[in-house]
Amino acid sequence: MMRWVSLAAAAALIGAVAVLPAHAEEASMPRQAWSFAGPFGTFDRAAAQRGFQVYNEVCSACHSMKLAYYRDLSGIGLSEEQITAVAAGKTVGDIGDDGAPIERPALPSDHFKSPFANELAARAVNNGAAPPDLSLIVKAREGGADYLYALLTGYSAAPTNMKMGDGMNYNKYFAGNQIGMPAPLSEGRVTYGDGTPASVNQMAKDVVTFLAYISEPETEMRKALGVKIVLFFLLMSCVTYAVKRKVWADVDH
Amino acid sequence: MAESMTATAHGSHGGDGVTKRDFLKLVAGAGAAVGAGAMAWPLIDSMNPSKDVLALSSIELDLKPIALGQGITTMWRGKPVFVRHRTPEEIKEAQAVVSGLADPAADKDRVKAGKEEWLVVIGICTHLGCVPVGNKPTDQRGEYGGWFCPCHGSQYDTSGRVRHGPAPANLGVPPYAFVTDTKIKIG
Amino acid sequence: MAGLHKSEFENPVINWVDSRLPIFTMMQKEYGVFPTPKNFNYFWNFGALAMVTLMIMIVTGIFLAMNYTAHTSMAFDSVQRIMRDVNYGWLIRYVHANGASMFFLVTYIHIFRGLYYGSYKAPRELLWILGVVILLIMMGTAFFGYVLPWGQMSYWGATVITNLFSAIPIVGEPIVTWLWGGFSVANPTLNRFFSLHYLLPFVLIGIVFLHIAALHVTGSNNPLGIDVKTPQDTLPFHPYYTVKDSVGLCVFLMIFAFFVFFMPNFFGAADNEIPANPLVTPAEIVPEWYLLPFYAILRSVPSKLGGVLMMFGSIGLLFVVPWLDTSPVRSCKFRPVYKWFLGLLVIACVVLGMVGAHRPEGIWVALGRIGTIYYFAHFLVVLPLLGKLERPLPLPESISKPVLPRGGGPLPSGAAAKPMEKA
Repeated sequence: MMRWVSLAAAAALIGAVAVLPAHAEEASMPRQAWSFAGPFGTFDRAAAQRGFQVYNEVCSACHSMKLAYYRDLSGIGLSEEQITAVAAGKTVGDIGDDGAPIERPALPSDHFKSPFANELAARAVNNGAAPPDLSLIVKAREGGADYLYALLTGYSAAPTNMKMGDGMNYNKYFAGNQIGMPAPLSEGRVTYGDGTPASVNQMAKDVVTFLAYISEPETEMRKALGVKIVLFFLLMSCVTYAVKRKVWADVDH
Repeated sequence: MAESMTATAHGSHGGDGVTKRDFLKLVAGAGAAVGAGAMAWPLIDSMNPSKDVLALSSIELDLKPIALGQGITTMWRGKPVFVRHRTPEEIKEAQAVVSGLADPAADKDRVKAGKEEWLVVIGICTHLGCVPVGNKPTDQRGEYGGWFCPCHGSQYDTSGRVRHGPAPANLGVPPYAFVTDTKIKIG
Repeated sequence: MAGLHKSEFENPVINWVDSRLPIFTMMQKEYGVFPTPKNFNYFWNFGALAMVTLMIMIVTGIFLAMNYTAHTSMAFDSVQRIMRDVNYGWLIRYVHANGASMFFLVTYIHIFRGLYYGSYKAPRELLWILGVVILLIMMGTAFFGYVLPWGQMSYWGATVITNLFSAIPIVGEPIVTWLWGGFSVANPTLNRFFSLHYLLPFVLIGIVFLHIAALHVTGSNNPLGIDVKTPQDTLPFHPYYTVKDSVGLCVFLMIFAFFVFFMPNFFGAADNEIPANPLVTPAEIVPEWYLLPFYAILRSVPSKLGGVLMMFGSIGLLFVVPWLDTSPVRSCKFRPVYKWFLGLLVIACVVLGMVGAHRPEGIWVALGRIGTIYYFAHFLVVLPLLGKLERPLPLPESISKPVLPRGGGPLPSGAAAKPMEKA
């Protein structure tokens, strides 16, 4: 009997740990159905590619993504030629043969180009608030993909009783509700090659899918491997338990 | 010992149980072996070249700035690569030598057909890994007009073949191809 | 030759080695025929699980160190390179990161097992003390390790924890400066933390060895908490407990793998994915879950020095638990009252854990104080008094009596080992 009581205590301990990260958010975040959610989820390639287009044409004007390489785009289904072409469209700084700084077309092995030379430059241009790097943004925010989607679609006019700071924008999901970033997405902000209508919700969903990939490029490999490993240990648990039963069969205990 | 003793003890319960148990043990043992092997692989593979290293495994090089008779050193996979713009005399010299080599190789097999004026070799002496000299105009090039290794005196000719000294083999030729007439891609 | 050990192994190679260095004889004695109480339940798996986890941590740590750069300007990016570019680097890092949580999880259950079945009581006091030393070193190692990725939580965790020492009167400030190697957590701090993080696990191995050596002198406790009396009470460790530990190990690794592959950041903090910034403190600094109860004790005391003393005292108290407990019986199976108090202690620890995760405001302040008071009262008041007041249930005659009600069946011959030596 006591065994069960103590097991229950252990379970309660684990359970308590499980609820610990739950914090109250600014406004309760709606949850979205993400293609990459769950143990078998994979990135919707078309959405991620559209999302890259949104990043490329909208976000990248202010946000760096400096941990990612152009070659990482192979993970959302871009071919080697497409990646080389994307990279070649950007110029990056380098040192020439004569030792002087030069600009050259980027290669797939280059990091994504940052819009600003450094954080101070980013601050100076953006009203004192440096736009955060997006390389890990989905992992670096409580709420992850759902939060980013909510943030991108959470802009509206400020309530009349709220005093907004200079150059600040009202967003109901941002901590404190005042965000430096003006609403980045608007109806038809980009023109999708595949004909998908570029609504704000669509673009937000696409770009978050892309950023989820960039934050955790290993996701698909991890989950595919994980299914095998967990099943392996499940099988081994059964086998060792059967062996244990056999070994202990003759012991009265 | 303990195992054999208990096995004997269980033996009295009839062969059937023992066979089943032995089979289960075999499965468990095989599973453990497979599991251990599978767990070792990620660790071993983590020591292989990573993606960022592999991404840099090919470089493009513009040949235009290299004057006739001159050589340059570039870097490929962390190693020096010599690119020599050979003069007609040097080409002729290199093609003429076919016998008496320590490591026999014809010059035509060491350059790209139609591009004989360009010699691309890995700049590492095959003796003990020093970098031979001979690219700079002021460098000593050795008796055979190629490269001279200052460590132990190995000498290479204008085709990068060893002609003198302790080195056992010719300078290696890296994989490369002409992208345009004046641009090569190494790796 | 006079000096050779008389080896009983038949295999000539093993015999040759064993005659000169009797490690096979030792393994056979300590892990082969070692007489182990026959009535262990699955709680007795957790020592072995902790041992395996320590090995997993060391192996994955060695491979992570091959790619990690202990410099403030490169540490964060080098960890991200491990995650993105090194072959299976993400796997090795996630195993290591989640392994820390798993290590504490199994260790806490192992400690609870010890408390519930009275494993700390005579003659196993030193065994228990070595275990508390292991816990302390684990906490230090975990803290140093958490700083290495050099994210916001790493940086601010390091700042807050090292600042605890500033509570010491007079020498506090110089000690903190000395710990930092400067006037803030910076590159010298990161370098020394990396060095210590690599060193301490090997110290841990040494103490774990002593822990096991001490265990094998007294022999294991068991769920009944009574001494082994006859050979009928024991079984050889192999195959009975090797196979039982294997079952637990497979289940444990399955749970471990589930976190690694499907919820790898469950125990992590989002803020640690932001590079360390000495100019901006995150909205909430929360330690890893396994340190939360201690963090809650720290904050429950409205005095800087007092909080620090209470926090360290809460662990220091564990050293003297063998002498605080006055009860004549070990196992809670026969302590009808104390087991409910032990249950309260578990609840207090869980509550303190939750308090540690929340801002100290409103109900959390009160809960933190109640939890802290109970934690100390449990060890300092309940344990000594209850041992004298409580009437334990009658103890069974021997381990084999209650489990062999029909007077004993055929015993496996392997069980006919020597009775355990008494320390």
